[in-house]
Amino acid sequence: MTATLSRAGPVRRAWLPVLRKLGTSLAVISTTLLGLLVITFVVGRMVPADPVLAIVGDQADQAAYDRVYEELGLDQPLPVQFARYLGDVLRLDFGVSHITKNPVALDLARVFPATLELATAALIIGTLLGVPLGVLAAVHRGRWIDHIARVVGLLGYSTPVFWFGMMAILIFYARLDWVPAGGRVELYYEGIVEGPTGFLVLDAILAGEWEVMRSALMHMLMPALILGYATTAYISRMSRSFMLEQLHQEYILTAQAKGASRHAVIWKHAFGNMRVQLLTVIALAYCGLLDGTVLVETVFGWPGLGQYLTTALFFADMNAVLGAVLLIGLISIGVNLLCDIVYRMLDPRTR
Amino acid sequence: MTDMAVPSRRHRLHAWLVDEEVTSGRQARAQQWYRGFRSLTSSPVAVLGLLIVAALILAALFAPWLATHDPYRQDLTLTLLRPSAEHWMGTDELGRDVWSRLVYGARTTLYITILVTVIVGPIGFLIGAVAGYAGGWVDVILMRVTDILLAFPSLVLALAFSASLGPGIGNAVLAIALTIWPPVARLARAETLTVRNSDYVAAARLQGASMGRIIRRHILPICLPSIIVRLTLNMASVILTAAGLGFLGLGAQPPIAEWGAMAASGREYLIDAWWLTTFPGLAILTVSMAFNLLGDGLRDVLDPRNG
Repeated sequence: MTATLSRAGPVRRAWLPVLRKLGTSLAVISTTLLGLLVITFVVGRMVPADPVLAIVGDQADQAAYDRVYEELGLDQPLPVQFARYLGDVLRLDFGVSHITKNPVALDLARVFPATLELATAALIIGTLLGVPLGVLAAVHRGRWIDHIARVVGLLGYSTPVFWFGMMAILIFYARLDWVPAGGRVELYYEGIVEGPTGFLVLDAILAGEWEVMRSALMHMLMPALILGYATTAYISRMSRSFMLEQLHQEYILTAQAKGASRHAVIWKHAFGNMRVQLLTVIALAYCGLLDGTVLVETVFGWPGLGQYLTTALFFADMNAVLGAVLLIGLISIGVNLLCDIVYRMLDPRTR
Repeated sequence: MTDMAVPSRRHRLHAWLVDEEVTSGRQARAQQWYRGFRSLTSSPVAVLGLLIVAALILAALFAPWLATHDPYRQDLTLTLLRPSAEHWMGTDELGRDVWSRLVYGARTTLYITILVTVIVGPIGFLIGAVAGYAGGWVDVILMRVTDILLAFPSLVLALAFSASLGPGIGNAVLAIALTIWPPVARLARAETLTVRNSDYVAAARLQGASMGRIIRRHILPICLPSIIVRLTLNMASVILTAAGLGFLGLGAQPPIAEWGAMAASGREYLIDAWWLTTFPGLAILTVSMAFNLLGDGLRDVLDPRNG
């Protein structure tokens, strides 16, 4: 009886801080989103190209020009324009792309799965290679595996990813002819599989189209490996330093003293304690991959968000550029916030 | 007799640098620098980084002497020549000598890196130090802005900025600087928080020192080592971002020799003329790696806590 009472007390009182924390989090989220929109709005306003001319063309008379100028709301004061922009974004209206003539939101929905597929493949590669490499490097500090991890990390941090892609094309496509040069799938397989997930490899498996699956996998191999390498570098460096940090803790000594096996000390005790940090790093690596995909997609002609963005940049299609940048920003901020929340939930020290 | 004097002077200098009985502030500072330099050069990889950076600077300074041809002279009878004794790294699609363009490209790289660092260092420090020292609303607002920019993938943000500013080397510098100051500000804030409430800062405040003076005289020296390390490591990513922008056509505009743009122009001839992309890419890789090595070495000397 007394036990339940004393337990109920703190629980009830514990609600207030939780609510307050929730309030702060909401404030943080909304200001961050607002900040993101301010950035894209300002970027859109600073563009040297005249948005009116882009619509009416340079043959239009002054009356037509003025009409479009007013229709775009450019005669309004900036705060009004920003409010209007805010309303448009909330309705998912990013304007129309000048190149594809489609609403930008539709275009983004079409190209995004390809990027997600590539980034996910790279993340899987990076995690599967990076975590063991980092952990082993920390455990065998100063030995050959540590040196390998150092070189992998150093090269991963220093290699221009677009150049890496071109070198891979030069060697594995032009010289050895092991893999296709670019694109997502052979031309004649295109459009066969229109699957539920948008991940071509998965969709092909679900549809039982093994030839398409093989082709898609071969096309993904090089870009995914190159992005995966950069991710491996990042994840292995972070895992190494997390592991070293854990190995210096005194509970490791305790575990060793009570006779736990080396394997158990490393993978159960130490690794168990770095999992939360590692999760954050992997999530941040996902954001970093959005950066890498822009260049890698351009090199490999991968029809995703990155290629969409660079093509739009090339033709000064600002609606498409801003839409893509906004989407990437939203994903990054979303992942960052998610990390924060997961970290708070899993790591008792932050409570 | 005279050649005896030279080593003895060198010995005297060395003795002065390691003498344990320091007689002046100047000597103490010189000794500190000397010890730092010695421990930096005790790491072979840091020395390698230092040497490559020195080579980059020399290449930029003496580009006209190192280049074998005029990097801008086109000759359509000499297009896409293989590397040879005449053209060490071959020629490009306009018949320009790739080696000479590579050497002049060192100037572009160095120009961008130095300019970004000179802009980002003071601004990042000031924002971070003011946020950390002032606290309260100033801190909240400055750090929110920092966080928003930090959440963005830096290349995409730089792309957006340089798309709106227009292509060009100056705008690329501005765009990269805008994306790269937040980590510096974060670092400066964290360092400032550790000393903000210390006794010597309190003493300075009681003597009536202004915020500007405290930040300049008491907080800057504390932050400086870790900021220098951060900026050096940043240079590696500045080079990669600049090359990425150049590759996408948003950096230095033709005919300026820039490594990223050179690699990009070789893309069309990738299969037939491997040398057009290979050499500029190797140059980017080498220099960016050198700054990473140097930054790691400097961290071990200046800022061992974060090692």
